[in-house]
Amino acid sequence: MIKEFRNIQQVTGPLLMVEISGDVMYGEIAEIITPSGEKKTGQVLEVGDKYAVLQIFEGSSGVDVDSTRVRFKGKTLMLKVGTDMLGRVFGGSGKPIDGRPAIIPEKELDVNGASINPCRREYPRDFIQTGVSCIDIMNTLVRGQKLPIFSGSGLPHNMLAAQITRQAKVLSSKEKFGVVFAAMGITNEEAIFFKEEFKKMESAANSVMFLNLADDPAIERIITPRIALTCAEYLAFEKDMHVLVILTDMTNYCEALREISAARNEVPGRKGYPGYMYTDLAAIYERAGKIQGKNGSITMIPILSMPSDDITHPIADLTGYITEGQIVLNRELHMKAIYPPNDVLPSLSRLMKTGIGPGKTREDHADVSNQIYAMYAKGRELRNLVAVIGVESLDDTERRILEFADVYEKELLAQDYNEERSVIESLDLCWKLLSSFPKSDLTRIKEELIEKYMGKTQATTSQKKKAEAKKSLGKKATKKTSLRKAKRR
Amino acid sequence: MGKIVKITGPVVVAAGMKNSKIYDVALVGELGLLGEVIQLKGDKAIIQVYEDTNGLKPGEPVKGTGMPLSVELGPGLLTTIYDGIGRPLLALAKKTGNFIGRGITADTIDKKKKYDFKPLVKVGDAVGPGSIIGSVEETQSITHKILVPPDALPGKITKISKGKFTVEEIVAVVKTKKGDLKLQMYHKWPVRKPRPINTKLSPEIPLITGQRVFDTFFPLAKGGTAAIPGPFGAGKTVSQHQLAKWSDAQIVVYVGCGERGNEMTDVLTEFPELQDPKTGKPLMDRTVLIANTSNMPVAAREASIYTGITIGEYFRDMGYDVALMADSTSRWAEALREISSRLEEMPGEEGYPAYLASRLAQFYERACRADTLAGNQGSVSIIGAVSPPGGDFSEPVTQNTTRLTKILWGLDANLAYSRHFPAINWLTSYSLYTKTLAGYFESQVGSDFNSFREEAMKLLQKESELKEIVQLVGPDALKEEDKLVMYTAGRLREDFLQQLATHEIDTFCSLDKQYLMLKMIMETHKKASRLVESGVKVTQISALPLTEAIGRMKYVQKYKEEIKNVEEQREKEFQKLVGGHK
Repeated sequence: MIKEFRNIQQVTGPLLMVEISGDVMYGEIAEIITPSGEKKTGQVLEVGDKYAVLQIFEGSSGVDVDSTRVRFKGKTLMLKVGTDMLGRVFGGSGKPIDGRPAIIPEKELDVNGASINPCRREYPRDFIQTGVSCIDIMNTLVRGQKLPIFSGSGLPHNMLAAQITRQAKVLSSKEKFGVVFAAMGITNEEAIFFKEEFKKMESAANSVMFLNLADDPAIERIITPRIALTCAEYLAFEKDMHVLVILTDMTNYCEALREISAARNEVPGRKGYPGYMYTDLAAIYERAGKIQGKNGSITMIPILSMPSDDITHPIADLTGYITEGQIVLNRELHMKAIYPPNDVLPSLSRLMKTGIGPGKTREDHADVSNQIYAMYAKGRELRNLVAVIGVESLDDTERRILEFADVYEKELLAQDYNEERSVIESLDLCWKLLSSFPKSDLTRIKEELIEKYMGKTQATTSQKKKAEAKKSLGKKATKKTSLRKAKRR
Repeated sequence: MGKIVKITGPVVVAAGMKNSKIYDVALVGELGLLGEVIQLKGDKAIIQVYEDTNGLKPGEPVKGTGMPLSVELGPGLLTTIYDGIGRPLLALAKKTGNFIGRGITADTIDKKKKYDFKPLVKVGDAVGPGSIIGSVEETQSITHKILVPPDALPGKITKISKGKFTVEEIVAVVKTKKGDLKLQMYHKWPVRKPRPINTKLSPEIPLITGQRVFDTFFPLAKGGTAAIPGPFGAGKTVSQHQLAKWSDAQIVVYVGCGERGNEMTDVLTEFPELQDPKTGKPLMDRTVLIANTSNMPVAAREASIYTGITIGEYFRDMGYDVALMADSTSRWAEALREISSRLEEMPGEEGYPAYLASRLAQFYERACRADTLAGNQGSVSIIGAVSPPGGDFSEPVTQNTTRLTKILWGLDANLAYSRHFPAINWLTSYSLYTKTLAGYFESQVGSDFNSFREEAMKLLQKESELKEIVQLVGPDALKEEDKLVMYTAGRLREDFLQQLATHEIDTFCSLDKQYLMLKMIMETHKKASRLVESGVKVTQISALPLTEAIGRMKYVQKYKEEIKNVEEQREKEFQKLVGGHK
């Protein structure tokens, strides 16, 4: 039975209110046919026995009250999934946009998913080597984790995300690895960047892209991450793949949410965002994880740009309350031409403790990480102090720490976009940096570890580093990165 | 039987519901989704639904059950993990697999399992509401007392059994004014209704948590209330976990209310492996978990806190000390806000409903140390985490909570950034129990315990003033005695207040050890002051190996010997300084 209604009562912003004669579901999908014949997709947000309120994903332009028809589909929003989604590019609502035919679906899944039963979750504990020192050492990523990048406009979050995607691997395992990429309101240029980067990857054939670009309808952004995650869940939990999901930019998503909320005259929460934004974001982020007895996993890296770099802005704030840590990019470091400009002080990986240590990375990892963190934090504090009272009033240890902060930024943090450091190389590099301190200063590292690693690893590391630097130069680094390199020297 | 006329998110309006009462449970739609009547308008009932409402249609049936949202109370609660409305998650997983399905019911208590019932009353004994009639060894460490329901009539036992029964079998019969009352090992209780007690008792026994900053500086009383507000990443959840692990309550109810799924998994995998420092038995044996993670339906999140406190009160009525952790009450308040806004109610501050304060009060007021109906003493303490947006404590949930709780354990992002854990800011936190508990500390721990604490607190406050001066003019400008204050405050911060949850020994610190450590630091300060008066430089004192020895105290298992050694070391080294100076 086709349920078609044409008595439209009201159109406000992206919302449309239509008179119905029953039999419409909450959450049902409808096709909206404008007088010009254009077809739009809508979803029921509220339904009574005589009316339904729909949000139109493509926006309401062209819709009139006289002759627009609303045809209800009799089902909630579903995504057709199948393994031939791999290597394809879709629009923000799941239609192919790469000029190739529609996929042959294996099944249809509800895009809202269902919550994973907490007692069926498996606690994430597999270390993912991203090849980026400051993440591997200081804010380790673990398989099944949701670790967002808190960035700002103009910061290289896309490069970092692409680098992580390219280099991420789990040591000692050869499993199927896939990437699901969801773009919400990013520019065409950024989308091309990611497309090109994914092409360079070994597992290029295993990526799926869902693109809602800046000039695509804003309301569509509400469903883009849900569609992407439905695809990811299918690949992870039914096809045993380890899926890395990149969601960018969550700020645009939240803005679309606010737009709908405003159109519905809802009581706004902070900065006009709806009061249910926490729950809404959680419904997205909590879809990451591992499930007992399943081989696959979903690891999520959402990217969000903090308006005016404000970490207390509702979007960043609510995200931080849901995700298992955050990687915060710092504008000051970026200005100093340090890539990646990760600010380790406000960054955090909540699952790090289970992902590192003997058998996973190395026994000294936790202590080394704590020590570097402590020294760098102190170093940053001293920088401020020195600005007021001068270097003269510092004692020797303090001067060493002050110097360490610079060395840390230049040698450990800074890394070429094409440079991949194994976690062992990164740890050895840490020991090299720590060797400028007398043993008694290294209060956070167990003595036996100092004995074992201090000064023992320098030679090999520096040799390797040189060899690697040559290699990466040979790889034809991009103009930008070689420029940065030149600066660093 | 009514029918749906409107659906908006978790709120459903049904017509033809004349016979329903407020807070009755209703089964909504063909699937029979669980919901609760929260408003009545004419014959229309407004229902908050505890499950996802996608796919519901107007016209589908709604069935009132005539019963308020209740939870089954009896043996089998411990070691189990429930969702917000008391369904065991394992049972749900058996029915619908890895993801939570809809319209499924599951009993809170396993009705098939048999328990060995030991009667504690005999035929002819008089029993009343809340009386204990028998017991069951529920887990290795907890004896589950079987209670007469608190709303039952008093009477005389006419029959009592002994042996193995399921919870549904009749174990006793009581003759009352209104006929025979058949007692099973479990009964139901509506979650929104506090369980009755005889009298509230004053909170004068501390709840020992094994965490120095809490026990020594901001102690919590059994039956008391505490709030832990803090921005993300400051360690709310770790603090709550530490309390759940080490506090000396006999029963722990942990409510994960709108938080991360993996955190509940962490508790589920970690607790069975951890040992209770007192009994040596697995910590899980005394724990009830309620998990309504952030992506589970909001209405059930709203209910989860009540389910938790009702279970807590039930164990209190057996005479146990219960600690309830709610992580996080902000998410609960947000659920309240979301439902309120769907009801198109007039919003109060920041969109929260005007009744936020009274709802919070209703919840926190259920904490108490009480003389129970059975004549025992039991308590429920509530520790609520609060997640203020942006770490700003001036927002409504934090403000309304701190008006109710006697303790504020304020977490501080800057302390967390400098890896000072637990990141409790000692300058903004407070406990109103220090006075009422002073007697206990004096008689049970050390007569000078309270004065040491006060002095330590003064030093820390002085340090923060001095720090401002140092920021302006540098450390050299300080007087020697002030430098000593800085030195001792540093010891207090680094060697006393900081406590690593991940360190196998330092994760729990007994009250006696806390006392000896504090005594050591404060006495060292006193003796050092004398040295400084006689002309010794503070840098000489801080350079002594003693400083490192003080820092090691917390990591040592046999602390008594260790602290004695440190004391001797101090005497020797100080002696040398005096000698050297003369």
